[in-house]
This record gives sequence, structure tokens and C-alpha cells, in this order.
Amino acid sequence: MPYRIVGDGIPESLTGSPGDAARGRALVLARSTTCILCHSGPFPETRFQGDLAPDLRDAGNRWSASQLRLRLVDASRFNPQTIMPSYYRNDDLVRVGRNFAGKPILAAAEIEDIVAFLATLRD
Amino acid sequence: MKFRRAIAAAAFAVASSALLAGEIPPGARRSGYSFMGPETRAMQDDDTSNPGMLFVLDGQALWMKKSGSADKACADCHGDARSSMKGVAARYPAFDRTQGRPVTLDQRINLCRAGHQQATPLPYESHDLLALSAFVAHQSREVPITAGDDPQLKPFVEQGRDFFNQREGQLNLSCANCHEDNFDKRLAGAPITQGQLTGYPLYRLEWQTLGSLERRLRSCMTGVRAQAYDYGAPELVALELYLMSRARGLPMETPAVRP
Repeated sequence: MPYRIVGDGIPESLTGSPGDAARGRALVLARSTTCILCHSGPFPETRFQGDLAPDLRDAGNRWSASQLRLRLVDASRFNPQTIMPSYYRNDDLVRVGRNFAGKPILAAAEIEDIVAFLATLRD
Repeated sequence: MKFRRAIAAAAFAVASSALLAGEIPPGARRSGYSFMGPETRAMQDDDTSNPGMLFVLDGQALWMKKSGSADKACADCHGDARSSMKGVAARYPAFDRTQGRPVTLDQRINLCRAGHQQATPLPYESHDLLALSAFVAHQSREVPITAGDDPQLKPFVEQGRDFFNQREGQLNLSCANCHEDNFDKRLAGAPITQGQLTGYPLYRLEWQTLGSLERRLRSCMTGVRAQAYDYGAPELVALELYLMSRARGLPMETPAVRP
């Protein structure tokens, strides 16, 4: 799962092609991706949102696609104490459940879809 | 000089028992009860509406019932649980000399069954074990928790604290990440509690039944996508012991009701 960090981001798509923002929105709202457990956002149809992490409503103003990509891939790079999981990591973890061992939380294509969606969130 | 040395020793004792960074000070410790809504509180408060009390009643019947090839009931040795069991659950897990390690109340009940009743152990999370455990723990209702005071338990409390602070699973989160650093915030809309063990075994509306602390711990571990420890594993017992020592001073509520 190689990727190249430039500055504070990953400028190139992990899959080599751009993500799909509509699929990304559905992924952010799916509990299995875990985003919505901690974050809230402009999702009036979703009642149960978290408040452990910043609201996503202006994520596209705050970060470029390159910055969003690295924050999803490995947020602990910016703050080792962060509670945000590293979504594209499959090693250096403790007692990972049998069904999840050796796999990152999100596949490269899912990260690209979510990055594409978050980049559209502008005030 | 002697006097000064005594002061220095006392100061050291105070410092060494001081809270580690991030730990919740005694005055700020709150039962899960304080995080829930008025309907769930009312359900717990009224014994006629608290579904956990049905298990307590079943446990009372089991307490009186002869069992095993020794044909003895709990009551034959322990007598009236209202006096003999009062405060006991508030001190568990407790050090067991024959095992050389701490045992939970569930394990104590099964050790008693094996040793004194010559009966088969009750499976973890079975109705009868939960009922007996609830009945015994109910005798400590309103008794402040003091578990972990026994000096022999110290290394096990430390081990439990290490587990509590250890990140694990695919989501790479520790118990402390939520229950110490982020209580009162909302995870998918539901308030995060401090994880103070005041009411186990307890009736969880989500489960629609009474359940043990180990069931709860295992579901948290599964939630962070870690490999959950088996029921009765020494790691789970150490974690329970640390959590009970961390709830020191809070009154027991068994059987609590939680969402």
C-alpha cells in the first residue's frame, strides 16, 4: 500500500483515479466506516451523529484534497495522541480482531470516494 | 530527624498513591446512572419496574436450593445473605490464595460450587450464574466500593490499568480514550460514560436481559475491532479489578438498568 507524502498531504490518488463524491457521501454516513460515530456534518437525514471530532460541514474549505487524503490515511502523523484511527494502515496494531487482521479500515477506493465528497463540503 | 524522615515518608506515600495523569479524581467520579435519561433512571429506582429484580429473586431461590453431590445450598454455609453477603461484592474481584490471583464474584460462586457443593460450574452468562451473582451483589446495594485495597492485588490492579490505557484493535483505541478523556461527549448520539462499575450484573435495554461486566467489556473490544478476551481470562479479571478500584467510593447499585 505505497503512497507518497508531499508536504502535509498525499497529492496523488491512492487508486490512480479520482473518487466519486456521491459514493463518498454514502460511505461517510455508513456506520461501518465509523466516520459518523465521532463526526457530525450537514446530514439532516441522520439523527445519530457524534461530537467527539470536528463538524465536517466546511471540511472542503479547511483542507485541500491532498491534505484530506493524508488525514484519512494517517491522522496520527499530525498528532500521535489523536483518537482518529489511521484508515489506511494494516500494521503496528495490537490484538486486531480475526476478521480485520491485516486489513486497513478502508480500501483505497473508499478513501478516494470520501476525499472527493469531503472536498465538496464548503460553506 | 526521625520526625522529618517520617514526614518525608508520608509525603512519598501520598505522592505514590496520587492519581496518574488523566485519571478521574474521587469527587468527579460518576455512575453511569447520571448519564441516562429520566425514564431509565425511574425504571432502575423502582424495584417493581426494574427487570433486574426478577433475576435477584431467582438468585434468592437458588441461594436456598441444595445442589451438587454434597447436597448443600449456599445458605447452609453462608446463612442469611442479607447479613453474610452485605458488602462482599463491593470488594470483588478479591485475591484467592489457592489460585494465587484475583477472582471475580462469578468465579467465586463457581469455586464454591466445585469445592463445597461438589457441583458442576455454572457457565458464564448463564441465567443461574447471573441470577446468583445479582442476588449476592444486590446485598451490597448502597455500599461504597472498596475493591483493590488488598496489597496482594497491587500487581493485578497495575496490569488492569495497563490494559485500560493500551490502544488495541483495528480502530486503535484504548478504554481511556473514550471513558476517561471523552466522557459526556456523544458517540453516534449516545453519551459516553466514565465506565464506573457500580451496577453489575445489570439489565441493559439493548440486550433485553441481565448481563455481566465481561459481556460489556467484550462488546467494547469487539467495537474497536480487537480480539475480545475469553470469559474468565486473567486479562479481563485484571481489567475488572482496576475498574472497580477506579470506582472506589461510589455506591453499588446492583441490579442497575442501563440503555
